[in-house]
Amino acid sequence: MNTPTPQQSTSTPGERARALFQVLKSKDLIPDGYIEAITQLMEHEWSPENGARVVAKAWVDPQFRELLLKDGTAACAQFGYTGPQGEYIVALEDTPTLKNVIVCSLCSCTNWPVLGLPPEWYKGFEFRARLVREGRTVLRELGTPLPSEVTVKVWDTSAESRYLVLPVRPEGSEHMNEEELQKLITKDVLIGVALPCVP
Amino acid sequence: MDGFHDLGGFQGFGKIPHTINSLSYKTVFKEDWEHLAYSLMFVAADHLKQFSIDEARHAVERLDVRQHVGTTYYERYVIATATLLVEAGVITQDELDQALGSPFKLANPPHSQGRPAITGRAPFEVGDRVVVRDEYVAGHVRMPGYVRGKEGVIRHRTTEQWPFPDTIGHGDKRAIHQPSYHVEFRVKDLWGDANDNGLVVVDLFESYLDKVVAEQTVTA
Repeated sequence: MNTPTPQQSTSTPGERARALFQVLKSKDLIPDGYIEAITQLMEHEWSPENGARVVAKAWVDPQFRELLLKDGTAACAQFGYTGPQGEYIVALEDTPTLKNVIVCSLCSCTNWPVLGLPPEWYKGFEFRARLVREGRTVLRELGTPLPSEVTVKVWDTSAESRYLVLPVRPEGSEHMNEEELQKLITKDVLIGVALPCVP
Repeated sequence: MDGFHDLGGFQGFGKIPHTINSLSYKTVFKEDWEHLAYSLMFVAADHLKQFSIDEARHAVERLDVRQHVGTTYYERYVIATATLLVEAGVITQDELDQALGSPFKLANPPHSQGRPAITGRAPFEVGDRVVVRDEYVAGHVRMPGYVRGKEGVIRHRTTEQWPFPDTIGHGDKRAIHQPSYHVEFRVKDLWGDANDNGLVVVDLFESYLDKVVAEQTVTA
């Protein structure tokens, strides 16, 4: 019995994207500057450096930390980090016995204004399939082995809450100021797959 | 729908292609067309108001499985936007084919018209033990299959409400707004004792949940 062969595409992904662009443009449906403005936001303004500023402030300012944990949206809005995919922000507080990690098993939902657009591996099939089932193993494979007394808590971004991880301030950072602390907080630290460490 | 997109717990994948703290993310778009995937989706959803983000997610879910597996992330969003704009009558399949110079393969049609939210119940409270309703939904749904029928504990009820995805994901603007709940599950309740002794928190709309009523001893 023959099974139908799926229609083979001879075009490339880039050609298909440009074809869609061309059809919309020919109908005058794309306002001037619209694509450039949104691309500027995506490429430059939504960045993990924003999340680093939020976390560093929470490490040095107990009042801000309290606000961040109570109302993450309001705390991030103090920095101007609002907008699409940043409308309901929840900060996840690590402790010496709890490690939070973020995933979106269904697609790619991420706190854009605070973490930046999700990286390829985060949107990839491997991370989405494996993290909710074997979080500790995934962290170890990525380079973050955790002792058995630390519980791994995975947050699946399946509705409209958008997360960032608030890690434990690392030992050896006591002398560092807010600006120096920001440098310890990477995109992976905000996702939760890495721990901040003092160089 | 129980599609390929619902990847939580799917086995057979290898290592995650990443080294922690590598700076590969710094080039946000790796190819010169990739920004179009999101920016054209914004044009269609935000500027032209032709669909909601839930419909875009559902269109990705409707990609033929072989196409889904064989495409990269940004390709899928180009196809989703093109599919929804053709379905809305804003553009046509012919126009896409002509612009491309070959057939532009779109996502499959939906299998459902969507469904309404459950209304008329009291909201759940933090600390409540809940069970995820044992439902099989043909249309868009934001309940990952791996929590279906599982019990967990509510840790947070959102202070905001959003249109029910199973309704708005089909373009039905009658969607009722509901809060979602951060429901904490034990890994061993989801995947058995052989696995990690951790926790998984899933953000679930109210209509996906029922309260677990504690069994009471009846005394005469």
